[in-house]
Amino acid sequence: MYSDIMVPVELAHIDHIGKALKVAADLARHYGAKVHYVGVTSALPSEVAHNPAEFTEKLQQFAADQGAAYGIDTQAHPLTSHDPTADLDLALEHAEQTIGADLVIMASHLPGFADHIFGSHGGHIASHSKLSVFIVR
Amino acid sequence: MPTESQRPTAPSGEIDTDYDIGQDNIQASIGSLEVDIHNPVFPISALSVIILVLFCLIFDETAADAFGALRPWLTTQFDWVFAISMNIFVLFCLFLIFSPLGKVKIGGKSAMPEYSYPAWFSMLFAAGMGIGLVFYGVLEPLNHTLTPPLGAPGVLDSDGNLADAATAEAAVRLGMAGTIFHWGLHPWAVYSVVALALALFSYNKGLPLSIRSAFYPILGDRVWGWPGHLIDSLAALATLAGLATSLGYGSSQAAAGLNHVFGIEATIELQVIIIICVTGLALISVVRGLDGGVKLLSEVNMGMALLLFLFVLIFGATSDIFSTLFGGTAAYIINLPALSNWIGREDTGYFHGWTTFYWAWWIAWSPFVGMFIARVSLGRSVREFIICVLLAPTLACVMWMAVFGGTAIAQLVNDGYTGVQQTIANWTPELSLFAMLELLPLSTLTSLLGIVLVLVFFVTSSDSGSLVVDTICAGGKIDAPMPQRVFWCSFEGLVAIALLLGGGLGSLQALAIATGFPFAIVTVAMCYCIYQGLRSEPV
Repeated sequence: MYSDIMVPVELAHIDHIGKALKVAADLARHYGAKVHYVGVTSALPSEVAHNPAEFTEKLQQFAADQGAAYGIDTQAHPLTSHDPTADLDLALEHAEQTIGADLVIMASHLPGFADHIFGSHGGHIASHSKLSVFIVR
Repeated sequence: MPTESQRPTAPSGEIDTDYDIGQDNIQASIGSLEVDIHNPVFPISALSVIILVLFCLIFDETAADAFGALRPWLTTQFDWVFAISMNIFVLFCLFLIFSPLGKVKIGGKSAMPEYSYPAWFSMLFAAGMGIGLVFYGVLEPLNHTLTPPLGAPGVLDSDGNLADAATAEAAVRLGMAGTIFHWGLHPWAVYSVVALALALFSYNKGLPLSIRSAFYPILGDRVWGWPGHLIDSLAALATLAGLATSLGYGSSQAAAGLNHVFGIEATIELQVIIIICVTGLALISVVRGLDGGVKLLSEVNMGMALLLFLFVLIFGATSDIFSTLFGGTAAYIINLPALSNWIGREDTGYFHGWTTFYWAWWIAWSPFVGMFIARVSLGRSVREFIICVLLAPTLACVMWMAVFGGTAIAQLVNDGYTGVQQTIANWTPELSLFAMLELLPLSTLTSLLGIVLVLVFFVTSSDSGSLVVDTICAGGKIDAPMPQRVFWCSFEGLVAIALLLGGGLGSLQALAIATGFPFAIVTVAMCYCIYQGLRSEPV
């Protein structure tokens, strides 16, 4: 059914997305699919890494750990953006195509009032992507 | 467009510190609204602005007396501090261009530039001085031609008649030199220093993009404590107060322009509407992000400015413009030592009223402009960076002043047109551009272009300013949640409206400019930090 599952991850808040990671791993095992972890950073130092090279290493390590923990095939896709806060949705849409994903699994918070003004990334991807999108709350 | 990371090796000059970016931040969710702010820089900055605004509103006379006297006091008593530090910045930048340290690349050896030259140049120019050029490009050259610096005789004698040809020509040259001095190497040198310091210590050294990071070589890990909180809060305060008051004044200037062109009454309601529109557009831009917002706006600005520039060049006093350009530039170079000197100056009206005022203003503005330039300068070598941030904008300013000011001077000297001179006598700088355009063809259209240009410059600086304040108040995180930048952008608009309605724009602006004094001193220290930082970079 699915062969390439894309999972956007925020390395700084990995504890918030445990459920989505588990779902992705379970589905990957079920369909024999590969999981692609996408992380977006800027070239400037951030909470996660001091530079894009360190970010790449951390994301690769994360993907390897997930692969080992769940016995699945994984790959890391570190992306850089000039302004991750504003460009995240675009970056993820772009990543869907370059990866050739057929399913997106992502964590999102419960929708609230602020989402009417600022929107949520999960909501954006679900309404703009051509793929199946599984939002895990 | 996002790109797959292709930088396998880390820059090896990185500073080894135990500080984690965001470790002092408060992260919280209020419903689905997320915040990620630095404690205590965010509360200090926001509260001090609120308290100062309330002070200016409630005790408006006391505030006007206190802050109004503070700035002239600083610029007359400490003129030497401003003059010496600005001269140091210029010399330091020239040193970096010729030194082997100029080879160091921002972001490490393998870093590639993120922006093309035109996009990069548009952004640093729009952030650096866009609005000022529109307002003072016409007025200042003429003003200094009428009363030149260094005590030289003006283009008109005491009876208002044209001086003899030789005196008049010398006055024009010196007037241009005196203007270029304020818009040339010196302001761009202070921007270069601050921008280079921030870029170096974040891209190469791995420290957060915050003013405090630049002082790591001097303060060590103490920059993460109160000395750093103080520096960052002061920078955020100066930026906020400077932006909000500029926006307040800018709205009255735009309203005066609309009045001049369309005869619409420049009421306070119109000014409030202008602030709301500018802030609204800035909000859209700030949400669209760096590439979809500021970059796009800066390019639009650059295009419009170029259009107006070419129009005045072609339809203005073309032949005089070129003689003003070359004569003024030569006079600038010849008189640079005399103008930069601070000892025994007798032309205090020029030296204190203009030069030192400008120096305080550029320095107060430098954390904002510097931080913005730093953010977009990845992948440039230090030499390339200084040449592009110091020399290219200086050249652009010289040409702008020659075209706009040169035309205004020619209108007075050749045609006896006193329109622009009147705006100096009445001190209505917002009308100088329109008075000059009046003598050229299509003046309604070009005046309108001038107004739009000013407004778009305001939107751009409100947007880039919000990004900078947000980053400083989020402890150097550029990926803080969106609502924060929306907050800062709206906050600036609200402060501008409050001060416009209640009075006190002048007081808060005087305070913002006064922050140039402490920054003058800390920016000199920054030069030392840059030197240390560059020396430890692998070449």
